[in-house]
Formats: sequence, C-alpha cells, structure tokens
Amino acid sequence: MKRRDLVIVGGGPAGMAASLAAHKSGVRDILLLERDQYLGGILNQCIHTGFGIDYFKEILTGPEYADRFIQKMKTAPGIEVSLSSFVARLTKDKVITYLKPGSLNEVHAKAVIMATGCRERTREMVHIPGTRPSGIFSAGLAQKLINIEGLLPGKDVVIIGSGDIGLIMARRWTLEGARVRAIVEIQDKTRGLTRNVVQCVEDFDIPLYFNHKVLKIFGKDRVEKITLIKVDESMKDIKGTEFDIECDTLLISVGLIPENELIEMAGAEIDKRTNSPVSKDVNMTSIPGIFVCGNSFKVYDYVDSVTRDSELAGTQAAEYIKGVK
Amino acid sequence: MIKKMTCIECPRGCSLSVDIENCKAVKIGGAGCPKGMAYAISEVEDPSRILTATVMTEGLDIKFLPVRTDKPIPKKELFRAVEEVKKIRVKNALRAGDTVDNNFMGLGVRLVATRSVG
Repeated sequence: MKRRDLVIVGGGPAGMAASLAAHKSGVRDILLLERDQYLGGILNQCIHTGFGIDYFKEILTGPEYADRFIQKMKTAPGIEVSLSSFVARLTKDKVITYLKPGSLNEVHAKAVIMATGCRERTREMVHIPGTRPSGIFSAGLAQKLINIEGLLPGKDVVIIGSGDIGLIMARRWTLEGARVRAIVEIQDKTRGLTRNVVQCVEDFDIPLYFNHKVLKIFGKDRVEKITLIKVDESMKDIKGTEFDIECDTLLISVGLIPENELIEMAGAEIDKRTNSPVSKDVNMTSIPGIFVCGNSFKVYDYVDSVTRDSELAGTQAAEYIKGVK
Repeated sequence: MIKKMTCIECPRGCSLSVDIENCKAVKIGGAGCPKGMAYAISEVEDPSRILTATVMTEGLDIKFLPVRTDKPIPKKELFRAVEEVKKIRVKNALRAGDTVDNNFMGLGVRLVATRSVG
C-alpha cells in the first residue's frame, strides 16, 4: 500500500486552501483527491459575483475565485492532484480507498483532511406532499444544468425556499427567458442575503411570498401546478388562504447540510442534527489525525471564511504530522 | 427626499440612506466603503449591474465558458445583453481574465472569461 504524509479529500476551495497551507507549513508529500474532472468544486457553477471581498479585497465570480487557487496549486511542488478520483472508504487507521477510471486504489496517510463540502437539503427533508413528477430540482442542480451544461429545463418556475442559491437562480432563469412565478418562504424573512433579494428578486419584480408554504404538488408526468397556503407565526396552516400557481418546474432551495459519511464510516462521532463532526475544536474530529474543514465542518455563508478555516486545518494537520513517527 | 437602499456590491449589504435632490444623490449615509458611495450614486442616477453569463465554446474542454462584464452595464440592457452573449462562440484557449469581446455591445465594457478553458 502506498504511504503519504497527507491526503486531502475534495478539490474545492476548502481542499485547495488546506493543501496550500499544509505545503506552506512544510508538508511535501500531499495527495489531493477530487472526484470531478476539474479543481474548483462548486465555485465553477457559481458564475455570479460576490466572492473574495474579504480574502482578496476584490469582488470576484466563483470561477475567478477558484482560479486564483488553481494557479497557486500549480506552483506548489509536493502537492499531487488526482482528478476523477472518488473516495469510497475511510478507516480510523487512515486508510483511504478510492476509485479512478480503471483502477481501485488504497493509500495510507499520516493525516487526512476531509474537504467534502455540503449537499442540498431535499424535498423529502421538508416534507412537501403531492405527486412525484419530473420537473423538481434542487436549486444547486438547476444551477449546474444551466451554467455548466447550458440547459434550461423549464419555462414556468416556482422556487421553494429563499436560500441564496434559489434567489440567484431566480435571476439567472429570468435572464435566460423563463418566468419565475413565485418564491415561497415559510418564514417571515429571507434565508438569503439582502443583496440577493435586491438584485435577484426586486430587480425583476418576482413575487416573494413570506409566511407561505407549498401544500401540495400536482402533475402526473411533469409538474403542472402547486397549491400554496399561508401559515401563522407557529407555522400552522391558515385554512381558506389556499391558492394555485401553474408551473412546470419547482426549484427547492431550503438549505445545505455537511457531507460527512466517510468520517462516520471511519467511526468519528457525528451530531445527527447538523451532520457535523463532534469535536473539541474547529476542524477536528473525534479521531486524532482526521481533520474536517470548510462546508463539511459547518456550512459557511462566505467562501472567504471557508478558505480561512481550511488554511487553519492545513496548518493543524502539518503540526500533527510532525508529531507522528 | 431620503431613499433607503441596500448596497449590493458585496455580501456585507450595507444599509444606505441617500438624500436625493433633482435626481442626484447629494448625501450618502451608511456606506462601509467607497464602493457603497459609488453604488448609491449609480443607483439614483443610472442603475447598472455587472452581467454574468456563459458563452458556448467549440472544440474546447468545457462546453460553456463563464463570462462577466468588467464594469457594470445599464440595468435596462441586461436582457438584450444575455441574447448577445448567446451569439458568441469561443474557439480558442483562454485564461481567466482574458478578453472575449473588447467593446461589448458598444457599451465601452469588456466581456472577460472568468474561468480558464483549453
């Protein structure tokens, strides 16, 4: 089995910052595993501006923010990047099994940093009754389809939840010619940033319904309509306030949750409510030498914070490796 | 007239209070940085936005190249701008920051690649 000082799982902003910081702290035998064909992670599909004001003192798009780190990675000998590499198993002894097209590989690491990001909460997690037709997407999937694949899979859209990705998709779909019929938020305020309400919703006169929820989804093969209902302060339905909106597409934007199945598989303690590792300090897990950083440790609002905390994880891992015989 | 607005320059989203006289911003409160001052003036006198979109590529390693305008363009031109972007094809390798169109729609702004493509 191959041995490495440090293996990092994930090549998004967290994994790149962690590997560069570990390299700066003197670690010279680093393997970074990324399942996609490119570095940059989810930033590649976030083509809008708003990244980097804290870290670079500039306003960048997601791909530009990622590119700054991708270029730095090229100038750091000692960091080997392995793309199309999907990690399938992690043990408490820090043995990592990963798939690459045509091969199954095992590597033993002195320290591991997990930078696996988060995933979107789904329709099932917020319990929306009704049929299960096509035309229901999570907002981030819709973002990938439109920005990476160039597809616009719908014409009349309702967005459920007012998270930032949903708000940004409201603008993007509108500019591409779709009609965003409504954004539906069960709370009395947006879950996203005010700037996104201004530039993505108000700029295009998109109706934003607070204190409303989807009562039911209709449609056999494709979404046909939804019924909305108003809710009171305790989020109970107010009978008689129901109304329908015809639409062919629903985007679900109801928050993010850390992705931590691999460290759970290794036996690390996980808080089942937040899906974050239980640890005595930031970026740590209950297993010494296994670190977690970025959105897989906790979901951050800004990528700049992901970068800073992941740099700390890289430094922490470097210190740990120095103490390992 | 005092107009309240939220600065959209960065995620901080400062609450601005703008004193407007004859369609000009005469006094701006609440801005955390010079970008906020400039935003308030622009928002009162000629609202504008940075356009971000994707351009189709031919024969390159990614199918769609993300692009932006280097400076904001008039808000009322956004829909036309998206249609114009759709007509462009990128066939050569570019690095993030390289120019795709030097005078986009004759608006005096550059359309630049935001991702490297090869």
